Amino acid sequence: MTYALIFLAGLMAVVVWWLVRQTINVQPWVEQRAADNVSGDGALSLPPVKVGLGVFLAVATSLFALLISAYHMRMMGDDWVRLPVPKVLWLNTVVLVLASVAMQWTRGAALREQADQVKTGMIAAGAFSFAFLAGQLWAWQQMDAAGYFLTANPAYSFFFLLTAVHGLHLLGGLWVWARTTNRVVRGAGAETIRLSVELCTVYWHYLLAVWVVLFAVLLHSHT
Amino acid sequence: MTYVAHDESDFVRPAEVAEPELYHPKTFIGKYIWSQDAKVIAVQYGITAIAVGLVALALSGIMRLQLGFPHSFSFITPATYLQYVTMHGMIMVIYLLTALFLGGFGNYLIPLMVGARDMVFPYVNMVSYWVYLFAVLLLMASLFVPGGPTGAGWTLYPPQAILPGTPGANWGIILMLVSLAFFIIGFTMGGLNYVVTVLQARTRGMTMMRLPLTVWGIFMATILALLAFPALFVSAIMMTLDQALGTSFFMPALVSKGEHLGYNGGSPILFQHLFWFFGHPEVYIVALPAFGIVSDLISVNARKNIFGYRMMVWAILAIGGLSFVVWAHHMYVSGMNPYFGFFFATTTLIIAIPTALKVYNWVLTLWRGDIHLTVPMLFAIGFVFTFINGGLTGLFLGNVPVDIPLSGTMFVVAHFHMVMAVSPILVVFGAIYHWYPKITGRMLNDTMGKFHFWVTFLGTYAIYYPMHYLGFLGVPRRYYAMGTTAFIPESAQTLNEAITIAALIVGAVQVVFIWNLIWSYWNGKPSGGNPWRATTLEWQTTDTPPKHGNFGPTLPVVYRWAYDYSVPGAPEDFIPQNQPPSRKTKGLEKVPDASDLGTAAVKPQGGHS
Repeated sequence: MTYALIFLAGLMAVVVWWLVRQTINVQPWVEQRAADNVSGDGALSLPPVKVGLGVFLAVATSLFALLISAYHMRMMGDDWVRLPVPKVLWLNTVVLVLASVAMQWTRGAALREQADQVKTGMIAAGAFSFAFLAGQLWAWQQMDAAGYFLTANPAYSFFFLLTAVHGLHLLGGLWVWARTTNRVVRGAGAETIRLSVELCTVYWHYLLAVWVVLFAVLLHSHT
Repeated sequence: MTYVAHDESDFVRPAEVAEPELYHPKTFIGKYIWSQDAKVIAVQYGITAIAVGLVALALSGIMRLQLGFPHSFSFITPATYLQYVTMHGMIMVIYLLTALFLGGFGNYLIPLMVGARDMVFPYVNMVSYWVYLFAVLLLMASLFVPGGPTGAGWTLYPPQAILPGTPGANWGIILMLVSLAFFIIGFTMGGLNYVVTVLQARTRGMTMMRLPLTVWGIFMATILALLAFPALFVSAIMMTLDQALGTSFFMPALVSKGEHLGYNGGSPILFQHLFWFFGHPEVYIVALPAFGIVSDLISVNARKNIFGYRMMVWAILAIGGLSFVVWAHHMYVSGMNPYFGFFFATTTLIIAIPTALKVYNWVLTLWRGDIHLTVPMLFAIGFVFTFINGGLTGLFLGNVPVDIPLSGTMFVVAHFHMVMAVSPILVVFGAIYHWYPKITGRMLNDTMGKFHFWVTFLGTYAIYYPMHYLGFLGVPRRYYAMGTTAFIPESAQTLNEAITIAALIVGAVQVVFIWNLIWSYWNGKPSGGNPWRATTLEWQTTDTPPKHGNFGPTLPVVYRWAYDYSVPGAPEDFIPQNQPPSRKTKGLEKVPDASDLGTAAVKPQGGHS
């Protein structure tokens, strides 16, 4: 549980620090004036959707931190075997990095309002993401074929669980990607889809970071 | 003393925040079924939660019949008894209290109290309710599948939860776990709304420190829930895989009925850690909204500002932070390292400090207040009593050497029912009596309300006080029947009968409450917009019940905190949050502040902390 605790302690510290900053030295009972501007009220100067995505990423991080904690606790068991990590995961990692790079490039294009490039970028990012998912399925198949199937050992169970949860998050992202790309292809202006592209970019970078951490955790499975 | 210049420049024009694109339904179905209006979603959440809560109440009645009069009812077998215990616990904690406080009160009150037109993501909010309803239906479906619902206890500990021999080890447990997963997905959708609405959609002038404590409580509870529910989600998925696919996350190698099962070396303790990592914050997910609501009920009905507003906010923050580092106090009997036990006992006792601060502040708010014993106020004061009682036994159980002998007894049942069943449900009742006029435009019947309060309040003491004593005697919890036990006197059974009779009476009286809700909807006294003469924004709407979009053409501007009651020199004993500073005095106007309190406190009411 140490990992989850450290993460949650950090997260709660940020929340409490921010909230205390809002509340320290404030004497609501003596102030009777309306704050002159809305931003002076402590609202973040971000669109609500971005804040919403941030909160969602905190929830997802909590989920992954708990899974990693459970993985480490379970690793202490006597029956744990070293996880034979399929080589294809290295390739998959490169593909996911490419997806993230494509997203970042698309974001730049969206900021510059270059509709054509946005279209190309979105399609490339989606293609890389689907390639990553296909690669993950391939890795599953390799594991299964080598006899490392789901129920053979908890190390394998965790491998399938962690990759599945990550893959499902990516699938959720691809749903938003599909909606955005659909709008891009139909010719919506780059300006109107900028926010969606920015949100997708943040989410793709986040999932890349999660994958890198998960991959490192899987590689360091001790005997 | 503080002097604040008030002139025309202080009057800011109405807020010019961007109008959210509200969905405007035209059909009945769009308005009341597939509604994206937070107020309608709140009522949907409320009705569903209360309906499923009544099922759980009926189950507890059956359990009490068995405990009070064992061997008298042929339809209660050991298996069904355990199933009822499990369903009662899970429904009450998750599907009633969590859903009602956050989905019900959160949806209704957050947009109105912060001065927003609606939640920031109305569509996601609507989906949240339908996913919740689906989770409830899945859970109810488990009553009708082969083998019935799970009887593993609400903590669902493996390995017994999925072993043959435990009731509902096939269908029941799977439906329970899948239902919980859906509940969490639905809640996450709602929770995103509550947090982002409080952060981003407050009206002009509504600083964080002008938020009513109700909003603070719901806000912090939502943050806790968003971070803690993933632990339950993870354990639900892993246990589902153990049950359905034969993985060994939690299942150790074991022999069942002379047969080696296919599991090898899983860790049941891992489940306990994950479960309680969610389970303890869950206590505060239920308690923090109750704390917030009760603060507002007490302040309104004592016509006094809440004592120590900032302290109350910081206590909510501190409780929220600490609630993540106390979970293992539910696991003292699991054979943990004594140093762990020491650590968790210490954090458990530390969390009593901010909690006690809140209790002192409620009492100090009542002190020399102009107390109106309205029905909501009765429930609020009843809560303070009950919470102190339940909290004190928590100090006993928080210590390892005291907990170990008591852990398996009725003492624990009495403790957690006092602290997290009766206390929050009293607040739920108080809040419904308080906000029903805003939701429907009519008052609930006062006589029925007082009758409901007194029977419920006194009745719950008749149920749970003696239960502590049964615990001291060593009467174990979760047992279907006692059999002959040398160290438990026969009079314990007589006490159990008395408890059962009290429980049945309290259960039956809830019908009065339900009838009051229905009867008053048509026959209640018209309430007007602000029957309690309260300051917060939901009482200042142009229409009661508020229309879609909550406020009139412009959003209100907030000039003051939520607790300007009995301000010296003010014409009325309350000043709404959106009332501008007085125009009558030109130039300097004195504003009361902390240094005036010494003199103001001589008067029976008023005064600032």
